[in-house]
Amino acid sequence: MRLIATLLFLLVPILGVWTFWIAPEHGWWFPKSVSSYGADIDRLFYIILWMVGITFVATEVILAWCIFRYGRKDPSKAAFTHGNHTLEMVWTAVPAVLLLFIAFSQMKVWADVKFGDSFPKDGRFTIDEPIGEVWASQFDWRVRYPDEDGNLEGADVIEKAFEFTVPLGEPVVFNLRSRDVLHSFFVPNFRLKQDAVPGMVIPVWFQADEPGEYDLICAELCGWGHYKMAGRVRVLPADEYDAWLAAEREALYANGTEELEEDE
Amino acid sequence: MSSPTTRELPLGIDDPGTVHVTHEHHELGFIRKYIFSTDHKVIGIQFMFTGLLFLVLGGLMAMAIRWQLAWPWTEMPAVLGFLFPETGRVVSPEAYTMLFTMHGTIMIFFVIIPLLTGAYGNFLIPLQTGAPDMAFPKLNMLGYWFMVPAAFCAIAGFFTEGGAAAAGWTAYPPLSTIESAAPGSLSGQTWWLLALTFVGVSSMMGAVNYVTTIVKMRAPGMTLMRMPLSIWGLFIAALLQLFALPVLTAASIMQLLDRTLHTGFFTPTNLIVNNVGAETVGAAAGGQPLLWQHLFWFYSHPAVYIMVVPAMGFASDIIATHARKPIFGYKPMVYSMAGIAGLGFIVWGHHMFTSGMNPMVGMTFMVSTIMIALPSAVKVFNWLGTLWDSRIRFTTPMLFALGFVSMFIIGGLSGIWMASTPVDIYIHDTYIVVSHFHYVVFAGSVFAIFAAIYHWFPKMFGRVMNETLGKFHFVGTFIFTNCVFYMMHQIGIAGLMRRTADPYSYETYQHLQPLNEVISISAFLLFAWQAFFVVNFFHSLFFGKRVGRNPWNASSLEWDAPSPPGHGNFDKELTVYRGPYEYGSPEVEEDFLPQTRKLETKQTV
Ligand code: HEM
Ligand SMILES: [Cu+2]
Ligand SMILES: [Cu+2]
Repeated sequence: MRLIATLLFLLVPILGVWTFWIAPEHGWWFPKSVSSYGADIDRLFYIILWMVGITFVATEVILAWCIFRYGRKDPSKAAFTHGNHTLEMVWTAVPAVLLLFIAFSQMKVWADVKFGDSFPKDGRFTIDEPIGEVWASQFDWRVRYPDEDGNLEGADVIEKAFEFTVPLGEPVVFNLRSRDVLHSFFVPNFRLKQDAVPGMVIPVWFQADEPGEYDLICAELCGWGHYKMAGRVRVLPADEYDAWLAAEREALYANGTEELEEDE
Repeated sequence: MSSPTTRELPLGIDDPGTVHVTHEHHELGFIRKYIFSTDHKVIGIQFMFTGLLFLVLGGLMAMAIRWQLAWPWTEMPAVLGFLFPETGRVVSPEAYTMLFTMHGTIMIFFVIIPLLTGAYGNFLIPLQTGAPDMAFPKLNMLGYWFMVPAAFCAIAGFFTEGGAAAAGWTAYPPLSTIESAAPGSLSGQTWWLLALTFVGVSSMMGAVNYVTTIVKMRAPGMTLMRMPLSIWGLFIAALLQLFALPVLTAASIMQLLDRTLHTGFFTPTNLIVNNVGAETVGAAAGGQPLLWQHLFWFYSHPAVYIMVVPAMGFASDIIATHARKPIFGYKPMVYSMAGIAGLGFIVWGHHMFTSGMNPMVGMTFMVSTIMIALPSAVKVFNWLGTLWDSRIRFTTPMLFALGFVSMFIIGGLSGIWMASTPVDIYIHDTYIVVSHFHYVVFAGSVFAIFAAIYHWFPKMFGRVMNETLGKFHFVGTFIFTNCVFYMMHQIGIAGLMRRTADPYSYETYQHLQPLNEVISISAFLLFAWQAFFVVNFFHSLFFGKRVGRNPWNASSLEWDAPSPPGHGNFDKELTVYRGPYEYGSPEVEEDFLPQTRKLETKQTV
């Protein structure tokens, strides 16, 4: 049993590290990061990965070693000790310092992403003039772009279902809202997640640095259809975005006038 | 019913010797003895059977969840499919939400907490502290019987219109409060809240009892710092219950009011749910969904420690006994448990980093949460210190206790990622979280419960469990547990969300299906493997080898009582002379030195 147990407990760190090692090449790993702060978040993840990885291997190997070494049949008595004060101090103080280091190294990125004060101020879109609103409701995403005067009421507001079109390479700020229950706006490629809470208007920002289409996922249980609340974020180069927005306005206007004519 | 010499045991004032004498003539009818018993041991065993039964039920639900994640919307084999007769053995999206909601609820409130504090809290506290019974035996009995309406309400949900609760075990409003939001929000959620309230009352009665017994009824010489770490763990867990439970109970009642009387504690104004306007959903207005989250986690974060601190205690007892060596750093072990419990009250916000809570507050919660890893680390180092230069005996309880340490390391370390706010933005509610809490709660606490069952079985029933079957049970359980939960880290890093009935409806997740199949198959094997345990348990119950008082040569107090102990527990006068872990002491020939043994020469502290 001693050898079986040693093997079993030794396999934990070995296979544990191995699976992390091979995961990226099988795609069982982060989807590509395409947002301005995505790389920062990934970097923090890797710093912690190294620190906990080393601790994990060290403790698990010591455990396996103890099982191997002190599991032998031995009629003598075990060491009769009740502890060691110095050792206790060391293994309290060292992790304390490391943990504090981890804690403090997170703060800047957290503030950058979530603090209202650190939202981008110089771009086209700011906390006071967001690109628009994203409304979540049971199993539906609605994106609303204001009219030319920044108004979100009225007939000339562009409303898109399940599709959030944004410009490339500039900070995008929007207001996240919910019509009914909790939802969460999650774009894995942006490393961005924020719950939508009914009754609250929550400003959110990101900057996408690569054009393309990305999955928008609802990450907070919202009912039976939670699993299919799939939206898309389309990132277009700025000029294409402007063209797209103009075209949408045009279409809305055309529709609107048609309707007016019909009414007459 | 009772013979003339019988008398009630008042608050442990009886001296155990007399108790034994009366016990001989003491005949209670079957019902008083095994069903409506006030004996802490019987109550403990009742909790154990209830908990294990629910473990099977919760496990079956987990299997159905795993089937769906590997092969969504396909017909299940009959063993699982019987759960969904109307839909032709295929889980519906509504049923899926009920499955994981009730799986979590059952596992936490009907399996882990009852097994740790109900079963072993009851069984061990009087035996390990040298008391003849609990301080309030009737209250204790009532505590168990409150589990019956609790279980009834939990299961009743499935049979009501709309089915069981479907808002997750966290029951976030408005999903949980508004009837049109989810089918399970019809009456299922009301049943769920009632179940929770009954469980809470039951736990409260238990906790009052445990604290009083430990404070007031210890045998002479049993100072606080001579108590086994199991008792410390149970003591601290009971204090956590006492301080945190009222908040959950209040919150449940507020949610109940929101649902039934349409108050608006948690419901904001102007909701339009399922195309039903505000008037009809009954938003009295002005409520705050986040308030529930605060109240819920103010209880439920301490609750996760209620689910592990006693397990740490059991593992410590079992490791010292089967490694034949004193616990390394007994006092740091006690302080770190207390530290975990204290810090445990100021970290609840780490479940809410992305909830819309003020990010400034999130920052402080991050620091306190990361620091809670410190006492956890200290405990791990002390277990390793205990094993160093020990003399390990590979018994089944020891293997499970070692497994607990190994698995707890993984669960504790992954907590650090999630505590780090920027990283948690990405991994919150992904499978990393699922992996994390299963490593602590399943691979940790359930392993410790298995260890406890194998270790204290002889004391409970006077027979030992079969070692060969036990070892088979351990090896398979250890392997398959890791096959199930380890790769969930990678899946979570790939961004897979929890609580999604069909993850593959998102392009981002489609390539993860093969891995999910592997996990699901491992989960089925893990479940099936428990047959070794079931067979062993029932076989040993009736045909196991009979043993005397102290089959493991352990030195804590419970091993001084007969196996199984009679009513009143001890048949001799007890005085405690030393701590519970004097293994390998040079003062005696044997490698253990019972707490009660009086030595002529100098006394150890
Ligand atoms: C080493 C110390 C620990 C740290 C730093 C830690 C940290 C965390 C954090 C930050 C979360 C929230 C993750 C998220 O939702 O994004 C979490 C979730 C959780 N933790 Fe821990 N944890 C620790 C130990 C434990 C222990 C000992 C247990 C239980 C015995 C536990 C059980 C849970 C459970 C059940 C959840 C999930 C709750 C849910 O959302 O349903 N954790 N942990
Ligand atoms: Cu959702
Ligand atoms: Cu927590």
